[in-house]
Amino acid sequence: MTGYRKLDKWLGVLVALHVVIACGGFFAPYDPVEQDREHSYVRPMRLHLVDRQGNIHVRPFFYPLRPSEGSVNQYDEDTGRPISLKFFTSGASYKLLGFLPVRLHLFRADGARIYLLGSDGYGRDQLSRILYGGQVSLLAGLLGAGITLSIGLGIGAVAGYYGGWRDDVLMRLAELFLALPWLYLLFALRAFLPLAVSPLEAFLLIVVVIATVGWARPARLVRGVVLSAKERDFVRAARGFGASDSYLFRRHVLPETSSVLLTQAAILIPQYVLAEMTLSFLGLGVPEPVASWGNLLANLQQYSVLMSYWWMYLPALAVAPFFMGYLGLAAALEERADSLKMGSWSREV
Amino acid sequence: MRNHSANSRRGLRWLRLVLVLAGTVSVIAAAHSQQGAPREDLLALSGEPGRAGGRLVVSLRAEPKTLNPILALDAPSREVISAMQADLVHINRSTQLTEPALAKSWEVSSDGLEYTLRLRHGLRFSDGEPVDADDVVFTFRVYLDESLHSPQRDLLIVGGKPIAVHKVDLYTLVFRLAQPYSVGERIFDSLAILPRHLLEKPYLEGKLGQVGSLSAPSSQWAGLGPFRVKEYVAGQRLILERNPFYWKRDANGYRLPYLDQLVFLFVPSADAQVLRFESGETDMISRLSADNFSVLSRQQQSYTMLDAGPGLEYNFLFFNLNDLGEKSGPEMATKQKWFREVKFRQAVSAAVDREAIVSLVYQKRGRALWGPVTPGNLRWADTTIAHPERSLEHARQLLRELGFRWANQAIGEPVLVDPDGKTVEFSILTSSSNADRTKMATLIQDDLKQLGMRVQVVPLEFRSLIDRITQTKQYDACVLGLVSFDADPNSDINVWLSRGATHLWNPQQAHPATPWEAEIDRLLETQLTATSFQKRKMLYDRVQEILAENQPMIFLASPDILVGAKKVIGNFHPAVLEPYVLWNVEQLYRRTGEENARK
Repeated sequence: MTGYRKLDKWLGVLVALHVVIACGGFFAPYDPVEQDREHSYVRPMRLHLVDRQGNIHVRPFFYPLRPSEGSVNQYDEDTGRPISLKFFTSGASYKLLGFLPVRLHLFRADGARIYLLGSDGYGRDQLSRILYGGQVSLLAGLLGAGITLSIGLGIGAVAGYYGGWRDDVLMRLAELFLALPWLYLLFALRAFLPLAVSPLEAFLLIVVVIATVGWARPARLVRGVVLSAKERDFVRAARGFGASDSYLFRRHVLPETSSVLLTQAAILIPQYVLAEMTLSFLGLGVPEPVASWGNLLANLQQYSVLMSYWWMYLPALAVAPFFMGYLGLAAALEERADSLKMGSWSREV
Repeated sequence: MRNHSANSRRGLRWLRLVLVLAGTVSVIAAAHSQQGAPREDLLALSGEPGRAGGRLVVSLRAEPKTLNPILALDAPSREVISAMQADLVHINRSTQLTEPALAKSWEVSSDGLEYTLRLRHGLRFSDGEPVDADDVVFTFRVYLDESLHSPQRDLLIVGGKPIAVHKVDLYTLVFRLAQPYSVGERIFDSLAILPRHLLEKPYLEGKLGQVGSLSAPSSQWAGLGPFRVKEYVAGQRLILERNPFYWKRDANGYRLPYLDQLVFLFVPSADAQVLRFESGETDMISRLSADNFSVLSRQQQSYTMLDAGPGLEYNFLFFNLNDLGEKSGPEMATKQKWFREVKFRQAVSAAVDREAIVSLVYQKRGRALWGPVTPGNLRWADTTIAHPERSLEHARQLLRELGFRWANQAIGEPVLVDPDGKTVEFSILTSSSNADRTKMATLIQDDLKQLGMRVQVVPLEFRSLIDRITQTKQYDACVLGLVSFDADPNSDINVWLSRGATHLWNPQQAHPATPWEAEIDRLLETQLTATSFQKRKMLYDRVQEILAENQPMIFLASPDILVGAKKVIGNFHPAVLEPYVLWNVEQLYRRTGEENARK
């Protein structure tokens, strides 16, 4: 039973994290590409509840920043001018879940911008960029994993169920794909495409490439499950009673693959998010100024950023709970699958 | 004359053989007494006398392609060659004035057509062979040889005719020009004098192009610079050693250079160069970005970081104005129709926030630019060129005058459309290895978004970027920078002449494509033969004004020259001209530990 509780816990965590990212526009105070050129590389700002006179404020407030005299990217707090945060107020318009135009934001400040997680070299709010960047990176992971599993399921099932020459051809093809050096493939592919691709085209390209390259492993796993499932007694019995291929597939074979597919999904999604990040980090992904987790981390390629602005590492930290969530989920799913197998095996005995 | 000298050399060789057989060691002294030039005419340098010995390590962005000055085009090769070769008359990189070098003195005839140069006596190449006028005559014959395609050749063609060189005696030469030449004796700068005794044979056999590769044995090459090749390790380093025959001495009479070795490490990325410098592996660093400069400045205990002031690098945005004819598609034709409009370019220029570039990219260690000549070039910059403030309103006005309008969109800002209803969108290429320029392009992208232009920034690997600009010409716009190697306008003449190879927006035109390009050509050619500075300045000011008005390049900003050196390095006086820290390499030296502590 603990297996199920663990599963629920991880699922809960993941759903919560994804809701935050999906509604990123609500949690993000600013447009992720908006530049505030007076405030580049602002370190994360502090929220206060007690002001210098010792008065306690109900609403958290912050002191706006002004550039320090004679230095670059250094700022002083203007302590004479506390600015309170406003909650659940309307601000810049954004599209919730990509289509609903909304103006409501979790918080906002009038008179000065607040950078809870600091700003980057163009004065863009890092919190907003992490949230919006998550939408790109997670969507790439989810879409990519969805496509991979569909292809993997289709090919694996056909190969396993029909066997013979179809099995041979498909599995050799799978081996070919496993052997492909996909990073170099993408480099080559990018060279053939027109010079400037729009962010959407670049995004779709990434998703399609990482998805089509990765189907071989799930296909082989599905094939194995199907191969054993079709020889099970109850499947043979159903066939003996004259069940059609499609009926057998739907009722008996496919359900057997569900636990493999779910576990694979939990492993593939973070892997594909990481793939998107790698590509964007190398400049092959979604182009600037669109935020993606890989783009945010690409700043760290510069030695000066690495040495001077520690808050530019924060996107890497933001990614961590997602990966832990997915890996925890994968472990819980595996545990559950094992316990189910044990159960069914003991029943058969 | 030439025959006589060849005979006497042959005689010398025979004599030397005899002397060696006889067991005498003073071979070279004997050779010299034979030539009747026992005295060595060393150039005495003022400046702090240093301490002899030690090695200096610097990093080089790439392996030099060649050590052959006739062929060298790339910056790493030129940097190494400048430490191994010497010229007749040299431009001091610090004062930007000419100084005697291999030529002890020179005279110009009253009509400005004849230069008489007198060589120093007793000069020897780094292999010990003596130098005389024949080497100089040979050198110019090679530079002027059309089949070798030497990059210096163009500079030696004055008034359509190559410069003529005559040997008067062993140490005197006369150079004759077809027309007066504005730069005067500056023409001799950076023209390395070649060793005839080594290169004449390969030259006559047509194999000079193959001489000077790094992997060849060092005995195949000799120069007149402070250092000569000792060891080359492919992909890692090039070690030069002290040239014991160098022709300069310090105030105390010590024969320069001070250093025993000069080591170039091949370190491809700017960040890796910073790391090497920080860890103490290299002794000096130049071409620092403002970001890296501030990182190093924050922790300077053992090194000196210097902002040498505004340099001669100018960064700009330019559009593809090439005549692409039929081979481009209709999409490119539409874009080029916008790009060719002066007002369109002026609108882009008015919308660019140059101050943001200076503060965000250069951390205020640089200057905004409205013309090609940087504030670092005090003598030539046209100070009357207007510095208009950024004005989106003015930019919109210019676009409106061209018939552009703004189409409202369901979400986001209105989009700019041209008179035919096409959305204005284009891409800007930048070099992916240059973080500064990519950042500039990203700022411009945001500036132009406010005009409703949809701009994409495309970072490309440098070589494919250059290939697109000069060969395939498949691009919309590009952010690039150029560095003048001298303050004189002639150093950039190939950028502004319409037939020039680096006339980036439309290179190597058979005929000037526009009236203003024709006028620039005319002005530049006139200034080439003008002799007074005032006249030249007036002509070049006009060139700058035409460029500022027509904006074939939208000038953005110029960075300061940022350099650093370990505190143990003496005579560290960076210049704003290339090679920024190595221009006085013969005078650089290592202090001892105690001296350093005392300072």
